[in-house]
Amino acid sequence: MIRQAAMAVALLATWPAAAQTDDMANPAFLWVEEGKALWSERPRPGAKSCADCHGAAETAMRGVAARHPAFDAKRGRAMLLTQRLDACRVEHQGETPFEPESRRQLGLAAYIALQSRGLPVAIAADGPLAKTVAEGRALYTRRIGQLDLSCAQCHDDLVGRRLAATAIPSGHVNAYPVYRSDWLGMGSFWRRLGNCTTGVRAEAFAPHSPEHVALESYLAARGNDLPMQAPGFRN
Amino acid sequence: MTRVLIRVPKTVKPGQEFEIKVLISHPMETGYRRDHQGTPIPRDIVKQFRCTLDGEEVFRAEMFPAIAANPYFFFHAVAERGGTLRFEWSDERGTAWRESAALTVE
Repeated sequence: MIRQAAMAVALLATWPAAAQTDDMANPAFLWVEEGKALWSERPRPGAKSCADCHGAAETAMRGVAARHPAFDAKRGRAMLLTQRLDACRVEHQGETPFEPESRRQLGLAAYIALQSRGLPVAIAADGPLAKTVAEGRALYTRRIGQLDLSCAQCHDDLVGRRLAATAIPSGHVNAYPVYRSDWLGMGSFWRRLGNCTTGVRAEAFAPHSPEHVALESYLAARGNDLPMQAPGFRN
Repeated sequence: MTRVLIRVPKTVKPGQEFEIKVLISHPMETGYRRDHQGTPIPRDIVKQFRCTLDGEEVFRAEMFPAIAANPYFFFHAVAERGGTLRFEWSDERGTAWRESAALTVE
């Protein structure tokens, strides 16, 4: 009995970190399977699937998630990976954008991000994306909400300390979309951002809003050269 | 929607212990939560899980509301002969699911 308890504690101590390296123990892979099916699924008869234009995701999508957010010269603005998916759906598939945080959107994003796993994050932060990154940095250090806190006050100054029982992380975005056990599901960086903005009693930014894009661009650029971990598994 | 991920070794040696991993997609709603309107969310959990090798029981579990969403089973087995591993699980509403995987012993 005592031995079993000790084993359970030992398992808990390594979970979910251990699951991050065992795909079978990472529930995010239930979403990945969905994204994999979606990749070659035609939204309606006669319409193109992702695979019809791009071919095999393993080769065509390798490194794509590691480069996003990226500056889109045609549109003249920074684009997140999920905005890129929406653009493809609207322009090439004649569909409507994904519903934010839907199983299909997160599944496809997770499947595409998986093709970059282990590659270094490679945001071109000194090119035309620099303006968006700078905007993100300004937002990151701006005090907001009734608690009058900026992101930096926790995620720079108190990294590794605890907020109640939770360790304060340094705000890297190389594991999104992520399965979180407190959500019992998967979410994008936007969902996680909402946890913090409502936590400091500020109004949450809308998905794909300029604020969301700027903050994600800044955090991604800060994590340049870190290995891509998506789809992550966190508690 | 992806219902389950199953991992079983393709071939094992007779009498050699091997791993079986099953990750089930299910909300495991406890019945204790309320939605934004204050209405209770009805309980919806997988109650039974069973794994058999050619009809012989390998592993069985009964589940309760304290099990988190997307339950993950990881257990060991020993086989002398190959066969079909069947995985069956059911919820309290009478819905049952079934998957199988081939196991070769050599």
